[in-house]
Amino acid sequence: MLTLTSSRQTWAHDWPAGVKLGLLVLFTLILFALPGVTLTALGLALPLALATALGLVGDWLRLLRPLLWVGAVILAWHGFRGTPEPGVIAVLRMVAALGAANLVTMTTRLSDMQAVFLWLARPLSPLVPPARLALAMALMIRFLPVLSLRAEQLSQAWAARSRRRIGWALVFAVTLAALDDAEHVAEALRARGGVG
Amino acid sequence: MERSLARIALFAALIAALGFVPKIDMGFGVPITAQTLGVMLCGTVLGARSGALAVLLFMALALLGLPILAGGRNGFAALASPSVGFFLGFPVAAFVTGWLMTWSKQVSTVATFNAAVFGGIVTLYLFGIPGIAAKAGLSLTEAFWSAMVFVPGDVIKAAVAALVTTALARARPGLVAGAKEPASAQF
Repeated sequence: MLTLTSSRQTWAHDWPAGVKLGLLVLFTLILFALPGVTLTALGLALPLALATALGLVGDWLRLLRPLLWVGAVILAWHGFRGTPEPGVIAVLRMVAALGAANLVTMTTRLSDMQAVFLWLARPLSPLVPPARLALAMALMIRFLPVLSLRAEQLSQAWAARSRRRIGWALVFAVTLAALDDAEHVAEALRARGGVG
Repeated sequence: MERSLARIALFAALIAALGFVPKIDMGFGVPITAQTLGVMLCGTVLGARSGALAVLLFMALALLGLPILAGGRNGFAALASPSVGFFLGFPVAAFVTGWLMTWSKQVSTVATFNAAVFGGIVTLYLFGIPGIAAKAGLSLTEAFWSAMVFVPGDVIKAAVAALVTTALARARPGLVAGAKEPASAQF
């Protein structure tokens, strides 16, 4: 559940993550500089064509679904104001930029993405040592499902005992769990020689 | 050191876990979720520095492509959508909330609520509104009014953050930053 990376191997999976991210930045910069509806629409055609060529177009379109109604609201608002063109351009840009970004996400493993991120964070190493950053990321990835499961179990336990819906008590219990778990994790890290 | 790292990582995971609570969409592409509640809690419970770092860690993981933002979106989706300003304002909101918490000597519900309102709503909207204006092609005034739809929900979240933080300060005295002593332990 945790990543959007496509399990079906494509040729784009073999490209270095840094190259893909660089191309994405370049594409987005050009996209936002393009004037007019026609050129912006062409900008959207590129990620669509790539997704089709990679055979990922079904999943790719599914990931764009959350934008559907956002786009509809923006179009309706601009239609109501009598300025349809900026509305169409805003929506096309949004879909194209997100579409291109989703393609990178779908064809890049989380570990590769993390390697690029740690490389980019190197200038910060006097402030945030890379090993510590990597550990923090790993801990967060590990504890995300743990805390989600805890929230799920707590609301089930509540539902079994009460007819009312659970409110802020759930937030309290999950936050308390996070605080307590953090103490245990810190103790465990210290017991294993600390983070250095 | 280990403790602060573990707290940062666990609260980053907490923001994401709170984001999985079902949400309501109300307009202009910014879904209402418990996510901003997580950001407020980072500030009120961990304090300014650790709170902001926890939010930054959460954002980093979202930008790596994890679908942990409201509505199962990742960081790229947030950057491309009208909620970009809210996304970028998260760490500042947590920092300001945590900083305001140091203004009062004890963790009280009222002081925490005020910190959450000024940090998690006023500060956050200073970033969020220009984002809506830029991405949806609206004027700042229009963006301001469209964002006002979310204020009632956010005020409720600030109240929840205040209740949770004071309860935590009672349950685990000393673990809540800015809490010298919980209000109830004064007697």
